[in-house]
Amino acid sequence: MLKGHQSWVFNSRPAVLACGTVGGPFEAQGPLAEDFDILHDDMWLGQESFEKAERKMLEEACEKAVEKAGQKGADVNFHLSGDLMNQIISSSFAARTLGIPYLGLFGACSTAMESLALAAQLVDSGAARMALASTSSHNGSAEKQFRYPTEYGAQKPPTAQWTVTGAGAALLGAGEEGPRVTSATIGRVVDMGLSDPFNMGAAMAPAAVDTLKAHARDLEVDLFSYDLIATGDLGRVGHEIAKDLIEEKKLPFPKERFMDCGLLIYDKTQPVHAGASGCACSAVVTFGHLINRMKRGELKKILAVATGALLSPLSYQQKESIPCIAYAVSIEI
Amino acid sequence: MEKFILAFLVGGGICLIGQLLMDLLRLTPAHTTVSLVVAGAVLGGLGLYEPLIKFAGAGASVPISSFGNALVQGAITESERTGLIGILTGIFEVTSAGISAALIFSFMAALIFKPKG
Amino acid sequence: MSSKKNKYLSPEQQKYQLIAQAREPQRPVLLNSIRAFVVGGLICVLGQFFQFIYTTYFNFTEVSASNPTVSSLVILAVLMTGLGLYDHLAQYAGGGTIVPVTGFANTMASSAIEHRSEGFVLGVGGNMFKIAGPVITYGVFSAFVVAIIRFIILELGGM
Repeated sequence: MLKGHQSWVFNSRPAVLACGTVGGPFEAQGPLAEDFDILHDDMWLGQESFEKAERKMLEEACEKAVEKAGQKGADVNFHLSGDLMNQIISSSFAARTLGIPYLGLFGACSTAMESLALAAQLVDSGAARMALASTSSHNGSAEKQFRYPTEYGAQKPPTAQWTVTGAGAALLGAGEEGPRVTSATIGRVVDMGLSDPFNMGAAMAPAAVDTLKAHARDLEVDLFSYDLIATGDLGRVGHEIAKDLIEEKKLPFPKERFMDCGLLIYDKTQPVHAGASGCACSAVVTFGHLINRMKRGELKKILAVATGALLSPLSYQQKESIPCIAYAVSIEI
Repeated sequence: MEKFILAFLVGGGICLIGQLLMDLLRLTPAHTTVSLVVAGAVLGGLGLYEPLIKFAGAGASVPISSFGNALVQGAITESERTGLIGILTGIFEVTSAGISAALIFSFMAALIFKPKG
Repeated sequence: MSSKKNKYLSPEQQKYQLIAQAREPQRPVLLNSIRAFVVGGLICVLGQFFQFIYTTYFNFTEVSASNPTVSSLVILAVLMTGLGLYDHLAQYAGGGTIVPVTGFANTMASSAIEHRSEGFVLGVGGNMFKIAGPVITYGVFSAFVVAIIRFIILELGGM
């Protein structure tokens, strides 16, 4: 149901029946390793290319979510998915394997919440009994497509971020127990004229704040009612800028409960410069770590704000700036 | 031994210039190496790079700027021998070892190695 | 306040960019410079060493020794790239590994290795010069321009 200008309230409160999270060797060394369903010690997953490895992880995450929910893939009505690859091949090819009616999305690193918001809308409005939201990213395939070959010797600046190798999926449907998706705010594309692809945190921060403002305004909700507000992958730089912007716009905001998935997934000893990024970043942290914390009773109401930088290697070469977007989804238990 | 010290200082100096181009002018590695190659070609044409190589040895011939100089020297030498067309035929003469080696061994590397991330 | 560079940015965008710049961690320019200088210098010393070996123990002159010297450095760089070591050294040394001819070899080797998954003809063959292309293109073109100008000046001078 529409609330305000760009937000949805899900009156039937679709339940997160189960989640599946997959990670690679680098993620296995991080502090959230316990929250992954599957961890691989080989970034190739025994496949012939990074791209094939990424789609395998996405398949695994989706199958795991369906399995943990005690459901069958054939009973899931819709599969919504996206990723960073050109023509979102990871999602399309995983969808081919899963065989569930498929809706491909592109939100770059914000795809996790874009897909979750849409899946919740389908279930809440009666357009689906069960909907599967998923996304993936792979460090090797992302670097190859957006930046340089992985063995290339370029020096990354301190604002650069590390793309997470992983995949996350969440199955939504009618249910009595567990975490429920209660509302979502669809973001607008925000472009502040920044064009450095090695500093995406700064480009994405305005989009996150724009969506947070819209969420508070549309849903007439006090942001202090959330136990945790987590942005997707603003990283060290973007997260600080977001705090500055929130203060500048005088938005009442619980700063001490404001985190960033990109800063949670790796620990300080891992060489990731400004933090993690990639579609899988917000997906694995939200669907794994944060949902687990909710199930343990540590968090009752959270707002996940995934952010995405909507550039392509070509747009950068053509001297375009980086338009960004953010989707906010509230989950309560 | 003096040769080694000069190689270290001049070579390090040219690399330092490259680092400053990247950090202060925010050039990408590609733009930086292109600038150095063009600079090497211009200096080579002005007759200033060869003396630098005599002075600093590998300190001037190992950085990518010497590539620009070598291309110019090849073009000039051949054009002095056979006229204008020599510019086209001579350009790769001096540098062919470097480019050929890079291509051949990179291809062999692709046969043997996988990216490690 | 607007500058020519910011001609197409709205005042709000310009204001934001100032905020973003203030929060951008400074690059450690001095540290990077020292590392680039030292590592770059050492690679050149290695080149000088190769040159010494080739002129002393093999039949090369000072001039002709540059061919095996460059080739040796290229092979070394390709090997380090294949073993996954060059990119780690490069993160540390920046310009010190990009500027020497070893950087050139690394661009070709890393592209070739990376694109093997797309096959040997289109993948390896088609992408080999992806990052090295600008250096070769501009090197050749600037050499051409310089040589032509010099040729014209000398011809005119000779007349």
